[in-house]
Amino acid sequence: MSATDPEGLRLRPPRHPVDRRAVGWWTAQALLLVAPLLIAPAVLAALLVPARPWLLLALAAVAVLGVPYVLVMPRWRYRVHRWETTDEAVYTAAGWLRQEWRVAPMSRIQTVDTVRGPLQRMFGLASVTATTASAAGPLVVAGLDRQRAVELVALLTERTEAERGDAT
Amino acid sequence: MSGEWRRLDPRVVPALAVLVAGPLVPTAVVLLVAGASAGVFGAVVGIWAAIAVLLVGARAAEWYVSSYRVTAERVELRGGLLARSHRSLPRDRVRSVDLTADPLHRLLGLAVVVVGTGAQGEELRLDAVARAEADRLRAELLRRESTSDRTGALARLRPVWLLYSAVTMSMVLAVWGAIASAFGSLSDLVQKFGLYREAGELARSVPLWLAIGAPVAVLLVAGVLGALLLSVELWWGFTLTREDTGTLRVRRGLLTRRSISLEQRRLRGVELAEPLLLRWTGGARTHAIATGLSEHAGGKNQPDSKTLLPPAPRAAALRVAAAVLGEPEFPADGLVAHPRAALRRRIVRGLLAAAPVAIAAAVAAALGWCPVWTAVLVAVLAAGIGTAAGVDAHRNLGHRLHGRYLLARRGTGVRRTAALQRSGIIGWRIEQSVFQRRAGLVDLVATSAAKPGRFAVPDVRTADALDFAEQAVPGLLEPFLERPEKRD
Repeated sequence: MSATDPEGLRLRPPRHPVDRRAVGWWTAQALLLVAPLLIAPAVLAALLVPARPWLLLALAAVAVLGVPYVLVMPRWRYRVHRWETTDEAVYTAAGWLRQEWRVAPMSRIQTVDTVRGPLQRMFGLASVTATTASAAGPLVVAGLDRQRAVELVALLTERTEAERGDAT
Repeated sequence: MSGEWRRLDPRVVPALAVLVAGPLVPTAVVLLVAGASAGVFGAVVGIWAAIAVLLVGARAAEWYVSSYRVTAERVELRGGLLARSHRSLPRDRVRSVDLTADPLHRLLGLAVVVVGTGAQGEELRLDAVARAEADRLRAELLRRESTSDRTGALARLRPVWLLYSAVTMSMVLAVWGAIASAFGSLSDLVQKFGLYREAGELARSVPLWLAIGAPVAVLLVAGVLGALLLSVELWWGFTLTREDTGTLRVRRGLLTRRSISLEQRRLRGVELAEPLLLRWTGGARTHAIATGLSEHAGGKNQPDSKTLLPPAPRAAALRVAAAVLGEPEFPADGLVAHPRAALRRRIVRGLLAAAPVAIAAAVAAALGWCPVWTAVLVAVLAAGIGTAAGVDAHRNLGHRLHGRYLLARRGTGVRRTAALQRSGIIGWRIEQSVFQRRAGLVDLVATSAAKPGRFAVPDVRTADALDFAEQAVPGLLEPFLERPEKRD
C-alpha cells in the first residue's frame, strides 16, 4: 500500500522503446498529411496569378505549422512511445503533445491482434493491440519490429490464456 | 421446460389491422374538413385500404411461419417470409428479458418480449405473446442462483416526483419536437383556415413585448405541461424491485407498460446525474452502471435501460442508489476537492467558450448594428457566465474511495457522480496534455466494461492521482511507480 504522503510519486516510463524505424514511419505519415497541403497552394499560386499573394500566404501558414510538425512530431513520439509487460500487467505510453499511459491487468485482456498497414510494412513494422472489455481500454503498441510484434503477441496470448473468465 | 416449437400469439394480426386502419378515421375527417373532392377522397381511402390489406396479409403470413422455443441450452426464433431466418441465443448468455405492452397489446392481453445478451443487435424479439406466457418466459430465462438475500421493493413512484420532469430539459425538448412535427403535418389545415394570417395581424396589433412574450410563454407552458403528461405516461406505476433471481426489475408506464430487468451480477455501480435545472431544484436522475446494457432499448423518447428511477428529489435518488449498491449510504458528499490549478483551467475554458459571443458583440458594435454599451454588456455578461461555469465546474470536481467503491464527480451542465465498483476497474489511463504538464496535473481514467467504458477523475496532481489509483486497485500500478528517495 502507498505511503500516507504521496509527495513526488510518479510513473516511470515503460522499459522498452519502440523500433527506431518508427521515426521514419511517423515522418512518412506526417508527410502524407502535410505534402498535399503544401503542394496544392504552390501549384495554384503558379497557375493563378491574381490570387497569388493569398495563396502564398496560405502556403506560408501551412509551412510554418507543417514543417516543424514533420520534423518534431516523429522524434518526440519516439521519446514517449514505450511499452512493457510483466506477469500481471501490460503498460504502454504514447502521444506527444498529449501523452497517455495505459495499464491493464493480464487477466482483463480479451483479444490480442497485430495490424500492419501498407506504410508500416514498408518500414518493416507492426502494431500490437490488446483489447479489454472496456470500450476505452485497448492498449496499442505502434511501430514495433515485425518479429518483435509476433513475439509480443505470442507472449500476451500465452499469459492471457492462463487466466480465463469473461474479463469484465 | 417446453422445448417444443410454439407459435406467437395469433392476436397480433387483428392488432395490426386496428393499428393500420385506425389513422384512416382522422385522415378522412381532415380531408372532409379541408374540402377534398370526392375523387381525391375515394382515392386516398382506397389506396389506404389496399395498403392495409397488404400489410395485414403479410403480418398474418409472418405469424404463420414464425415460431420460437426454449430448450435447456438455447432460445430460438425462426421466421421470415422471404428470407428465412433462424436466430438462436445460448441461454447462459441471456442478460435481460424485457416486456413491453402498448395500450392495444394490453387490451388484447399481449406483450412483446425482447431477450437480450447485452451485445448490440444481438437480441431476440418475440412480437408478441400472451401476457402470461411473457411472464413465464421471463421467469424461466432469468432463473438463476439467488445472489442476494435482500429482495423486495427498493422504490415506488411518489406522484409528486413527476413535477421534476417539468424541469427536465430532455423531456421538454421531446414535447416541443412533437408539437413542431404536428404543426408540420397539419400545416395545410392551418393555412386553410387562414390562421397564419390572423396570427400575423394579431401580432402587429399588440405591443412588441406582448407579441414576443405571449408565444414564448405559451411554448414554455405547453412544454412543461407536455413534459408532465409524458412523464405520467412513462413513469406511472413505477416500481423498482430486487427479485430473488438476482435481478433488478423496473416496471413502469401508464398506457404502455414496460418491465425492464437488469442482472445484479452485471452491475458495476450507480451514477447520479444532475442536469443544471434539476440540480437547482434539488432533483437528480439515477442510472445503473452495468455491463452489457443496450442503449435506447425502449425506443424514441424512452429512458435508457440503465435508468433506475424517474427524476426525483436528490435525497430519494441517494437512498435508492445506496439500496441498489447494497450499501448503507451513497456517499455523494465529502469528496476530495481538486487543486487550484484545476480551477484555473476551468475558468480559462469558460472564458474561451464565452469569447466568440464577446467577439461577435464587438464586431456588431464596430459595424454599427448595435450601440457600444450593448456590446460591452453582452461581452461582460458572457465573460461572467463563463467564469461562473468554470467556478461551478471546479466546485463539482471531487473524488474519494468509499468501501468497495470509487467515487468521481464532475460536470457543470450535467453534474455526474459515479460510484464505480473497485473490482469493476479493468485498467487505468493516465492522460496529460501540454497545459496539464505545465500545471502538474493529469486526468486519471478508470476503464470498465460498463458503459461508457471510462470514468474520469480530471485534473488531479500527478502524485495524488497515482496514489489514489494505487489505493483503489492495490498492486496494479505499483510495479510502474517511482517514489522519490528520502532526502533526510
